[in-house]
Order: sequence, then C-alpha cells, then structure tokens
Amino acid sequence: MKPALFVQAAGPFTTVQDLGRYGHQAAGIPVSGALDPVSLRVANALAGNAGDEAALEIRLAAPVLRVEAARLRVALCGVSASLQILAPEPREVPAWQSVTLERGAVFRAGFQPGGSTAYLAVAGGFDLPQVLDSRSTCLRGGFGGLEGRLLADGDSVPLRLDAPDERTELRARGLPDLAPPSRFRVIMGPQDDHFTEGAIAALLKGEFRITRQADRMGLRLAGPQLAHRQGHDITSDGIATGAIQVPGDRQPILLLADHQTTGGYPKIATVISADLPAIGRMAAGDCLRFSAVSVAEAEAIHIANQAWIDDLLRELEPLRTDPASLSSRALLSKNLISGAFSAIDIA
Amino acid sequence: MRRGVRYLPVGDSALTVEFGQGIDRRLNALVMALDAALRARAVPGVTETVPTFRSLMIHYDPAVLSHAALCNEIDALDIAPVQDAQSGRLVTLPVAYGGVHGPDLEDVAAAGGLSEAEAIALHSGITHYVYMIGFAPGHPYMGDLPPELTLPRRRTPRTHIAPGTVAVAVGQTVIYPFASPGGWHAIGRTPADLFDITRTEPALLRAGDQVRLRNIEAAEFDHLMAGPASERFTIAEQSE
Repeated sequence: MKPALFVQAAGPFTTVQDLGRYGHQAAGIPVSGALDPVSLRVANALAGNAGDEAALEIRLAAPVLRVEAARLRVALCGVSASLQILAPEPREVPAWQSVTLERGAVFRAGFQPGGSTAYLAVAGGFDLPQVLDSRSTCLRGGFGGLEGRLLADGDSVPLRLDAPDERTELRARGLPDLAPPSRFRVIMGPQDDHFTEGAIAALLKGEFRITRQADRMGLRLAGPQLAHRQGHDITSDGIATGAIQVPGDRQPILLLADHQTTGGYPKIATVISADLPAIGRMAAGDCLRFSAVSVAEAEAIHIANQAWIDDLLRELEPLRTDPASLSSRALLSKNLISGAFSAIDIA
Repeated sequence: MRRGVRYLPVGDSALTVEFGQGIDRRLNALVMALDAALRARAVPGVTETVPTFRSLMIHYDPAVLSHAALCNEIDALDIAPVQDAQSGRLVTLPVAYGGVHGPDLEDVAAAGGLSEAEAIALHSGITHYVYMIGFAPGHPYMGDLPPELTLPRRRTPRTHIAPGTVAVAVGQTVIYPFASPGGWHAIGRTPADLFDITRTEPALLRAGDQVRLRNIEAAEFDHLMAGPASERFTIAEQSE
C-alpha cells in the first residue's frame, strides 16, 4: 500500500502549503504559500526536510490524522501548537520537536488556547506534484496542494517515504520568540496620498480588531474610520502581500498570501516583510496596532530578521532524553522499533 | 526615465512604477516597454513583474536589492514604448452573444441606442487590447469600447457567472475564467478555456495581446464545447 497520511477529520481550514508560487502574478496567479513561513521552515528543519518542502498548514482548529506508513517522522510548529497522540497510547508531544510515529498511530495536530496557525511537516515530504514550481494550494484556481482544495475528511495525503532515516529526534533550542510585536511596522503607501491626514493619524494611533471575515486572502479589520480624500476607486494596480487596502466602508483589509494580484482600492500602507509571519499567526478577535518606518529601516529590519531565522534553523539540538510525558508503554514500543515488532503487533 | 513617473514603495519587497492616471493606451505602452526593458536587463533580485493599466509592479528580494538601487536601475533604462502594437499576438476567440450565454446583451444594446445585432457587430468588429491580467488567474481586462457600448457596472452584481462569460462595463471587456459572482454586464460566452492548469502556459491571454471576438451561433458554441479544448481558439504571432 502506498504510504499516506489519512485524514480522519480535516479541521475547517487545513491546506498544503510551501513557501509560495512565484513568477506567475502577471497571469493573475496568487503567490499562496505559508502564512507563517518561519514556523514552516523550522518544522521542515526538524523533520529533516529542505525549508521549501510542502507541509500541512493548520488554521483555527485541529485535524485528526492517522499514519498509514511503516513509520512517519513529523514535526509540528506554531504558536501554542500541540501534538496530541490519541492512539495507540494517548500522550502529549511538545511542539517544536520531531517525533516518529508507528503505522496506525492517530494524532491531533492543533493548538492550545492562543494558537491559530501551525505547520505539520513530514519527513521526506508529501508525494504531491509541483504545479508551476510549487505545491502550495491555490484555492482560487483549484490547483496545487491536494487537488487545489482544502483537506476533507477521508482524504489520503500521499507520503514520499514509508519510513524515515534512523536518527535522533531534534528539537528547537528553547521556544522561538513568536510573540506579536506591540506595533506592526508599515511603510506608508503606495496610495497614502489618497487619504486624509486624519486617516493616516488614525491608522498609526488607533487599534484595529480582526473581524470574523478573515481568511488566507486577507483580514478585514474593524477600527477607526479611514477616510479617503476623493473617492475609493483607483485604476487597478498591483498588490503586494501585507498591503492595507481601504474600500468604500473606510475599514481596512490587510491582504495575505492568497490575495488577488491586482485591485482597485487605494492602499494606505503596507506591512513590512519581517512582520508578515506574525500577521499570519493572528486570528479573528486579535487586535493590531501599526507604526510607520522608512524603506531603509525596513530593509535593515529584513536583513536582521533573516539572520534571526537562520539562527533558529541552526540552533536545533538532538533530543537527548525522551520527554517526561512519554509513557513507559510508549518507550517499550519505541525500543521495539529496532527489533522486528511494531507497536501494533503487541497491542 | 521621464518626468511625471512616480516610484511608489509597496512595503520593502515591491515597487510600483506609475506612469500616470486612468486607462490610456499610451500609458500602458510605457508600462509594457518598462517591463520588456527590465526583463532584458535581468536585474539580480527582481523576482517578478506585474503590468497593469498605468503602472508596473516590480516584486524583488530586499536581501539582494534595495529600493534605492532598484530605482537607480530603472532610471538608467532606456524606455522605448511599443507604439500601437502591431507586433505581439493576435488571439481569436469565438463568442456566442446574447440569449442564455449573454443575458445582459439586450440591456447593454438598449443603453447605447442599438439593436442587439448592432451591438454584436460593434463588439465583435473591433480589435480588443489586453491591458492587464488580474482579479483571478487568467482574467483579462481589455479595451477600449466605443461610447455606445460604455456603461457603468450593474447596480446589482450577478451571483453566478459561468466560466467563459464575456462581460462589459466602464469601457472595458472582461472574460471570467471561473464561475464566480460578478458585477459586469454579461453579453456572451466563449467556449475557450481562459485558464487551464494543464497547459504549459495556463493563462490563455497575456497583457499586450490583441484579441478578436468572432460571433458564433449557440449551436456552434455547443459543437466547439463537445470538441477538443485546443480547437476553441487560435493564436497568431504577428510581426511588425
């Protein structure tokens, strides 16, 4: 049987994502890709993959998955992410580390309160075709990922490996600091001149709550009115991820990975690239504040942020002792892996 | 670069080079010329470009290229606008106008003081120019329509528009590649797939293409839909 990850319960918004699909925006094809690429890259590193391997992006609620391979090494990363093994032996495995599961193991990949976005990387990756050089799901176009759609109950996501290489499990050295910044940094424009001075002051002083209209395309925010100088239509132009567009209702929409490539609303400001992964970890009900930086400042921040991510990826360490939560039964089955038996055989 | 051009930062990873305001073939010719010149120059750090009506969006990697360095690169380029492009591709798409395929044809014709037959003759008699692709994968914005076919968007958007629907508003023609809601006036439908992920180049049209719409009967629409997808359109390369 072909190795696979079987989806017992998909969760509301689970998709396959990698670092995105570049070079096709001129054809109207969105970039897609992980909303929180930092957590994706760490999950891949823990699983022993290249950083751009595709993983499951889990949003808002947890899927329940079953291993249909001899053994599967997984790593779950995200703010407040938690990996709960339900069968054969219920136990909790901390996020930000790799763990190898036996055939038949059932687990929930989700969050404790406070989390909303997590990535489940599997060693060797998913055996899904690249579409236009990426495995990211393009929901609008219906391609990429698993058949271009959200995961559904009963899906089997094919795996490349039936068993991972034997090695010590890895974990991140300490929990990465993924706390959201007190203020998300923006560069004003490209159409800040379409807004009143009051609107610009309100953007930089006010607090904006993420409404329930929040998905991978963008976050509709509620806060102070952002008034246009003259009308809310512009001749459609290009959109970049992080752009804050303001339609006629004067309430901003912060555009994320699945945004349309072009649009006809003025964009008052754009969140800098270093702060976008933190935006990707936010959910409905969370509040955002903004502060303006110059392009030169943002460039320095970008380079420092890349160095911080490189450090995160370098600082993985072997799991020397098994976590305390590991039961003796699980230890026993783990020891038996090196022999001819699996956990299923003794169950 | 010339005066009046604005360099608008879009965060730290994109730049919009804006040539002016509004929808204008001369401005769009400058956009296409800058796009071609940037491609020819192959500036390290530029990841992709998106031509739109009157501006070019340039996506770049700020770890490789700074905003200031990119602006300098553009300043140094010699931009020769492609005049009234007779070069480029001529794409011909069959369109079944009116009836179930174009429920708004009657209203559009009436608004312009035309019979339906006159509206069809006008719309299928001109060469349309693809200003840009946006809104959805492979979704073209084409111009320019004569005054008789120019009207605002529908007051109430339609909740369902069939893929391939040809629709007009604000002096432009769009073709919806996917089933979706839409606020434009649906006047016809092409059997051609505007977007097909199984093709080497999934989007049928590119910014800068010329497009002719060939008026067909509903019966021919059905016949073409029953045949191979590759026979529902033609693409001719034009030389100067």
